Amino acid sequence: MEKHTSEHYAEQLTDIRGRVLRMGGLVEQMTRRVIQSLVQRNAELLPEVQSMETQVNQLHIEIDEACLELIALRQPTASDLRFVAAAMKINTDMERIGDQAINILECAESLLTVPPLKPLIDIPRMADISQDMLKDALDAFVNGDDDLAYRTILRDDDVDQLKDQVFRELLTYMMGDPSTIPRAMDLILVSRHLERIADHATNICEDVIFMVKGKDVRHHGPLS
Amino acid sequence: MANIFEIRNLCGWFGDHQVLKNIRMEIAKFSVTSVMGPSGCGKSTFIRCLNRMHDLTPGFRMSGEILLDDVNIASDRVDPVNLRRRVGMVFQQPNPFPRMSVFENVAVGLKLNGKKMSRGELADAVERSLNMAALWNEVRDHLDRPGISLSGGQQQRLCIARALAVEPEVLLMDEPCSALDPVSTAKIEELIEDLSEKYTIVVVTHNMQQAARISDNVAFFLLGELIEMDKSGKIFTNPSDKRTEEYITGRFG
Repeated sequence: MEKHTSEHYAEQLTDIRGRVLRMGGLVEQMTRRVIQSLVQRNAELLPEVQSMETQVNQLHIEIDEACLELIALRQPTASDLRFVAAAMKINTDMERIGDQAINILECAESLLTVPPLKPLIDIPRMADISQDMLKDALDAFVNGDDDLAYRTILRDDDVDQLKDQVFRELLTYMMGDPSTIPRAMDLILVSRHLERIADHATNICEDVIFMVKGKDVRHHGPLS
Repeated sequence: MANIFEIRNLCGWFGDHQVLKNIRMEIAKFSVTSVMGPSGCGKSTFIRCLNRMHDLTPGFRMSGEILLDDVNIASDRVDPVNLRRRVGMVFQQPNPFPRMSVFENVAVGLKLNGKKMSRGELADAVERSLNMAALWNEVRDHLDRPGISLSGGQQQRLCIARALAVEPEVLLMDEPCSALDPVSTAKIEELIEDLSEKYTIVVVTHNMQQAARISDNVAFFLLGELIEMDKSGKIFTNPSDKRTEEYITGRFG
């Protein structure tokens, strides 16, 4: 694609892209750190996650402001319009991912004060896939790569399956020994939050496909 | 909706220079179609073909067919004066007749048409036209003032009233708002939307937001070719052709 006739306009678009990426990097790190602290039973990592959320919230506001200003002042059309619309929606999804990381953090805070219920296996796997999905979703956004976005959406099923697996396993613990209920419930919540993170990554991918192709793939059932 | 215009393989030349290349286009009845493209793309030349405004341009010739309700108006057998009664035109600069009053500016077309009308009938027709052009309330008390004493936006609506007086089917507008301030522009745009209930309107505009606001369909011209024509919503969110995309997003040479 040719360059914009107006360089200032091009700079504004690049600036929005840059902030979305920065925010994406932050929420990616938040999830990574919070799961790391849970698996390694290291509460020292948690304050850092907390402080990243402040930055995420700041970017959440800044990105919406920058997008609204661009719409008001530049009246973007076609691919630029789809980019700005996608950036605003991705912004919301990323902020929610940050919230989910904080939710996991709250579970971690209580889990780290008691002995571990069991070695964590499926939860780190879920976290790995969700984080990969988030990373790929953001890569797809930056590079306008709708293929990558499609492939990433397909991985959401794996996360859903793992969540069910985690639930079934922890249910047996709870039935066997009610004293495990508080810890098992926290772990179930963690898996639930990870599953939501994968859902948000899926939303981002759908927005990327719309941005690139102008095609709305939401609510179309399993992708063919 | 049925098509009022069907344009087939329309080519146009100024001397040796080809300015329109095999244009194929259909224009639906009672629709607003915007024609846009960079300067020199042939858009004004194109709409001027639709009422044979080029007949007197030295060195201009055209080929192909322009069917207006299935009659080829590009043919010499069609009388251009009759054609222009059916296909009226409004220009970029408001051009009321300088020595005529507001009233006479609107009435002149009717008088030239040779219709026998009583003074009352004529007054009714003038009022109706001024009303349709959303100007009546502003000029009703000074119809005898010179047309050129009105503001630019009012003059443009006066020209629209003049075009409407002869009850055309199609209204061609070549950059009708480019000489007007935003308030007058908004009035003309509102008027275009209202008029599309009874008329087919084809507008040439450089203003993309205007095209987006007022038109059902947008045609994009480049170097004498029709690159793409589609519903406005489609063109401005997801055009099919890369050249349209580059033009409307401002990524153009």
